[in-house]
Amino acid sequence: MLRSALPRPLHPFAWWGYAIGLAVAASSTTNPLLLAGLIGAAIVVAMSRRGSNPWAKSFALYLWLAVFIVVLRVGFRILFGGGDGPTILLTLPEMPLPSWVRGIRLLGPVSLEAVLAGLYDGLRLATIVVCIGAANSLANPKKLLASLPAALYELGTIMVVAVSALPQLGESLQRVVRARRLRRGSAARSRRDRLRAVETIIVPVLSDALERSLALAASMDVRGYGRSGSGGRRRTLALGLGAIGLLTVWAFRFLAGSPDVRLAGVPIVSVALAAAGLGCGVAALRVAGRSVRRTQYRPIRWRWPETLTVLCGATAVLLVTAVAEPTVVFPAISPFAWPSLTGPLLLALAAAVLPATLTPPPSMSKVAP
Amino acid sequence: MIRFDGVTVRYASSDAVRLRDATFEIPEGELCLVVGPTGSGKSTLLGCINNLVPRFTGGIRTGSIHIDGRDTTLLQPRELATTVGYVGQDPLAGFVTDTVEEELAYSMEQLGYGAAEMRRRVEETLDLLGIADLRDRALRTLSGGQQQRVAIGSVLAVSPRVLVLDEPTSALDPIAAEEVLATVSRLVRDLGTTVVIAEHRMERVIEFADSVLLVGEEVRIGPTREVLAASPVRPPIVDLGVRLGWHPLPLTIREARRAAAEQRRAWLESPPPLPAPAPGGRPVLTAQDVVVRYPQKLAVAGVDLVLRSGGVTALMGRNGCGKSSLLWALHGAGRRDGGTVRPADGARIALVPQTPADLLYLATVAAECAAGDATAGLAPGTTLSLLRRLVPRIEPAAHPRDLSEGQKLAVVLAVELAGDPDVVLLDEPTRGLDYSAKAELRDIIAAMAAEGRSILLATHDVELVADACDRVVVMAEGEVVSDGPTRDVLAGSALLATQVAKLTNPTPVLTVREYLDVAR
Repeated sequence: MLRSALPRPLHPFAWWGYAIGLAVAASSTTNPLLLAGLIGAAIVVAMSRRGSNPWAKSFALYLWLAVFIVVLRVGFRILFGGGDGPTILLTLPEMPLPSWVRGIRLLGPVSLEAVLAGLYDGLRLATIVVCIGAANSLANPKKLLASLPAALYELGTIMVVAVSALPQLGESLQRVVRARRLRRGSAARSRRDRLRAVETIIVPVLSDALERSLALAASMDVRGYGRSGSGGRRRTLALGLGAIGLLTVWAFRFLAGSPDVRLAGVPIVSVALAAAGLGCGVAALRVAGRSVRRTQYRPIRWRWPETLTVLCGATAVLLVTAVAEPTVVFPAISPFAWPSLTGPLLLALAAAVLPATLTPPPSMSKVAP
Repeated sequence: MIRFDGVTVRYASSDAVRLRDATFEIPEGELCLVVGPTGSGKSTLLGCINNLVPRFTGGIRTGSIHIDGRDTTLLQPRELATTVGYVGQDPLAGFVTDTVEEELAYSMEQLGYGAAEMRRRVEETLDLLGIADLRDRALRTLSGGQQQRVAIGSVLAVSPRVLVLDEPTSALDPIAAEEVLATVSRLVRDLGTTVVIAEHRMERVIEFADSVLLVGEEVRIGPTREVLAASPVRPPIVDLGVRLGWHPLPLTIREARRAAAEQRRAWLESPPPLPAPAPGGRPVLTAQDVVVRYPQKLAVAGVDLVLRSGGVTALMGRNGCGKSSLLWALHGAGRRDGGTVRPADGARIALVPQTPADLLYLATVAAECAAGDATAGLAPGTTLSLLRRLVPRIEPAAHPRDLSEGQKLAVVLAVELAGDPDVVLLDEPTRGLDYSAKAELRDIIAAMAAEGRSILLATHDVELVADACDRVVVMAEGEVVSDGPTRDVLAGSALLATQVAKLTNPTPVLTVREYLDVAR
């Protein structure tokens, strides 16, 4: 068996690349069969390749969110109408509204077209949400942050510290609330007493949190955190400010629709501004990153399963946006036509579900039980 | 390896000198035990080694410190990370990541080790500390002993020349503490790292210590026996050895048993007259079939308990066996899912929780006492004078958070006692207390019992139990497994026996005081 196919976590960028591909494919279609297929593919891949970590369990939440979105979209169309067509499914008693809310209708006739439009639209958003959820449960967020440029390392530290501090805060709150019952307090009579009761809880919890963060800071320092030199800080700042300035000017010109010098159809000033801004930004990250000498424990290397996974996502996008016929990708609602799946779309779905078998399984017990 | 030259430390907020003119040298590869009463500056001295004091605490340090021949005065703690590994009291407070492996790798990531080197060292450290089977576990789900071993491992991974341990077991139960100290002693033998350790369970470490550093009015270092003989704090057998003039001074139970062989034989022939427990007073609290059930756990599974006035009862058992749940259920503020708790008519119950600071929220001790008076409807000043009786040297203007653990406990106790309770429940009051603070606590408990109150304290500390309690209740898995007079329960158990009881076995003498009384 190939070494890269042995059980191991996949590079987080690969999962995000794949999931974003699926999401892009979903956003450029309203075909409910294709959308349902994409949701199915995301579920199959997420279920077969997610680890046993806490973030992996968040997938169910995203699924419920998706269901909620679809129900909400369709429900709104039934309640308020909109996008109505000639095919009336049923007529609900219409609620009379005062004249100043013109344009809004409550209940009344429910048309097939309105319901379908809501369903297709909701399904599209739901698919995007499910794709993001799949990426979130498949990719280890800590490894993701660690793979970001070194200058963004602090973000990762902040996240990890916050994640471990929250349950501690909850615990100390619980403890203090319980302990408070011991001091036979006078029952809250006035507002002042009630404020005092809040104070008796907040003060110990906050001083606890403060003490804990000081202890953590000391512990991090003792273990070498922030030891690397602070050289190049001024240059980083200059480059960063330069990047922000250039990009702001570019965005302003873009939004204001300023006239531009065109050479062979390319707006030269805009492109130059954007390129210079991005260049400055990258250089700033580079310079800041160079002063940080940190390494990553057990880095995940990019091997061929990673490339294949991203390619699967890209293939799905390509097939849906470029190859399939527009009439299939956007099935007509009015007059209603049954949505269908053609060859390219079936291929796109196959590509979307492939990572479930192409990638190595996340992990297994390496020791015989 | 470590050289202090005239080091003096003073914190900015007060004029009091925390460490005066410390001059000593610890040679390479030694295990040095730091002893001294509370507030003598043990932690300050340990913090000075890697410049946490005064870099993190503030204050003024004079004199010079050389580690491995390098003057450290101008260095940040982070620059000493590869030279000095520092482990504090509460492992959970110092964790930066959330799983064992990542925690072990954290220091190396910060110091820029290569991936292959890092992997090798993590594997070695996992084996060295015997935590290889915990590698993927979340740190919060580990037991206290395992957490502290991970904390030690995480600083050892970068192989520092010096390992500083500041009371590494003070937040652990005895079994977990045993685990950690066994690991430390093995590391000293295997790695040859220079170790400086402050530890209140001295008896577990003195065997391995090459020298003892006594911190007090003056700082002195010397061979273990010599320094301990002059130390105000020492473990029970050493204390006994000093008082009886045994030579050489025994450091372990085995040595002491040899020294006391004759006495033991004499007692076997004619058993000594040992004091009998005092008869109990009238019952003030009767609990029957108490059940506490949490969603995943049955914490207390049908406990019957009668507390009598003037009685001091110890509640023992490993962590998580239901001691705290039982106390809270008896008090009434906690959860109770079954059974009855009946105080004798009009009897009031007070409970001091495990972290007394949770109850303190005002800016000064005096304000806390005044609030105590107000809620209990007493004349102003009652609580403060009560507190003065418990701890005479307390500063009323001090912020409660600045007090030592023992003083915080005393403040909460004073506030609770102002309500004149008939039953006082104490949840692990000995946590973080050293010998002298425990002696004070013992006097306070004795005084409360003499006033006719009934006291129930959950604790792991057998020496305190032997000294202060007349009855012991042992719990396991939510049930009472033994209940009887202190002498019967402690001397009859292998795990709960005090040091003196191990020494005199099979004669059930529990404390140094008793030994001296009956040997006379």
